[in-house]
Amino acid sequence: MLNVLVIGATSAIAEATARRYAARGARLFLVARDNARLTDIAADLRVRGAIDVGHATLDVNRLDAHAEVLNQAWQLLQSVDVVLIAHGTLPDQAACESSVETALAEFATNGTSTIALMTALAPRLEAQGRGTLAVISSVAGDRGRQSNYLYGAAKAAVSTFASGLRQRLAKVGVNVITIKPGFVDTPMTRDFRKGALWAKPDAVANGIVHAADRGRSVVYLPWFWLPIMLIIRHIPEFIFKRLKL
Amino acid sequence: MNAGGQSWGRYPRVSQTMVELTDRHRQLPAMESSMLPYGNGRSYGDSCLNGGNTLLRTRALDHFIAFDAATGKLECEAGLLLSQILDLVVPQGWFVPVTPGTRFITVGGAIANDVHGKNHHRAGNFGRHVLELELLRSDGSRRVCSPNENAEWFGATIGGLGLTGLITRARLQLRRIAGPWMSTEVHRFENLAGFFRLSQQSDRDYEYTVAWIDCLATGQSLGRGLFTRANHAPAHPDRRPIAPAGRLRVPFTPPLSLINRLTLRSFNALYYHRQRAPVVHTTMHYQPHFYPLDGIGDWNRIYGPRGFMQYQCVVPPADAERHVAQLLKLIAASGSGSFLAVLKQFGNLASPGLLSFPRPGATLALDFPNQGARTLALLDRLDEVVATAGGAVYPAKDARMSGAHFRQYFPAWESFRPFVDPHFSSSFWRRVME
Repeated sequence: MLNVLVIGATSAIAEATARRYAARGARLFLVARDNARLTDIAADLRVRGAIDVGHATLDVNRLDAHAEVLNQAWQLLQSVDVVLIAHGTLPDQAACESSVETALAEFATNGTSTIALMTALAPRLEAQGRGTLAVISSVAGDRGRQSNYLYGAAKAAVSTFASGLRQRLAKVGVNVITIKPGFVDTPMTRDFRKGALWAKPDAVANGIVHAADRGRSVVYLPWFWLPIMLIIRHIPEFIFKRLKL
Repeated sequence: MNAGGQSWGRYPRVSQTMVELTDRHRQLPAMESSMLPYGNGRSYGDSCLNGGNTLLRTRALDHFIAFDAATGKLECEAGLLLSQILDLVVPQGWFVPVTPGTRFITVGGAIANDVHGKNHHRAGNFGRHVLELELLRSDGSRRVCSPNENAEWFGATIGGLGLTGLITRARLQLRRIAGPWMSTEVHRFENLAGFFRLSQQSDRDYEYTVAWIDCLATGQSLGRGLFTRANHAPAHPDRRPIAPAGRLRVPFTPPLSLINRLTLRSFNALYYHRQRAPVVHTTMHYQPHFYPLDGIGDWNRIYGPRGFMQYQCVVPPADAERHVAQLLKLIAASGSGSFLAVLKQFGNLASPGLLSFPRPGATLALDFPNQGARTLALLDRLDEVVATAGGAVYPAKDARMSGAHFRQYFPAWESFRPFVDPHFSSSFWRRVME
């Protein structure tokens, strides 16, 4: 039996990933804010082959509600093979610059809440002594750029946290995967002009499932972001600060 | 992907605002301009375009709602592709009740164009297999429509070209199959009379019939071609399903159409003679049988930057042979025409749709590289034959028929008009209502 927990299950990437697991006959537990959409997605996954689908609503910024939702998930799934943390927003960088409140709220959604969930999930996975925790970070976390450094900072926190957690849990047989998508054509990025570097949620979902199957550690999706970010990370500051990225 | 909202023929070119729908429970967006649902952009002409206005993209409405593998009743959102349905249901012993020559169309598009397939003589149109649909209007109202409930809205929406409102979801009756295999026979025929003879003989015992025509053949050979008849095959448990093929793709648009007089003449002659025996029996997978062109991504690019025009008409059964011969003569004389010229006889099963295209008779479909005025003039000449014969032209493939011809072909347009949503329109509709 394949048991999968998806947090942020209404995101395009998460939904595409869940469909792949449903087609394998998985049992899934979905977590997101919007109950009506969760109900639709759950019905869809059942038709696609999921043996059972449960769901719960959660606003990830209500940290005190995390434990109860994870309880519900474990009640249905018993043991969990794959956890995918996929929730997130794309903050308006200009708004984050003019309002401390907005900046911190966005950091909470994209960084703090994810760290809280990983912290709460770690002992559960540790107790199982197996399983995969895949967390969606971003190439934006590899280096702060003026166009979205609030988002980048939150994702950098997630990536660094995941790196440490991976080292810790590897000893007990639990794999932590840091997923770093580049530009993905989803409702979150609706207003962007799409070019050759843009990927479809389906392609990213394929990469996630593949990474989980293979027990990978850090994956750039699509792969070509690995060399791109390698270059961007190594541009010396005296040049980097003159660029507009 | 058709990010900018193109039709499959890539003609005409218009620009419009694209709005993505992501939740079927939400109301339609409020806007000044008119709207039109846009599925996967596989209609050929301008029936899926709304120049200067707005297209509502429905591809994200791709959720299954329920499927009963015992009865074959499937409920899903209208943005789901037939290919996605087939991937799910074929391994469970079911098939879409009616399919056109591509599986990359949405359920909403199949209903709005009331599409037909090679089994029209047995199963009729797609609309006959729609058990129920939900129609969302710009005033916020939602109607569940079926042959028994809101039947007049049901009739207007089937074949209604997306103009009556947004189809959010539908319930379909699928068809039982034993497996993914087809038993097919290909018969060579030497002229049009040969086609009608084979068609007559085959309709009773074969669920799927269609013919490829060499549209450049003339004289004694006018209307020669290959007649394919097929049935779903019994289970072949020993055969392994075909691996999903690495899809070929036309990677860019060549500066000129690759389909011209020279390539066409050689292709057609070679294709006609590709089988030596008069009859060839094969068992093949359903995908190459139904969807030979789906294996080549973006095949519409071969017609170059000016795109192409499809022409599909139907002429009544009485005198069908004479009228098809007239059409083929005009096409052969023009030297224009396509390697995919298709001829089929429709059956007598009526559709619930007011504006449905199929009706008893012979239907001929061809594509023509767009050569501007020359192509338009040829199609106008074909229209004269079709109109005189009392036939009709298929709106889903049309980019140029006159309003007068449309109203003659579809006399129900007047009873249809009150059902058009006041905030919906299309390039096609404005053109034929002028």
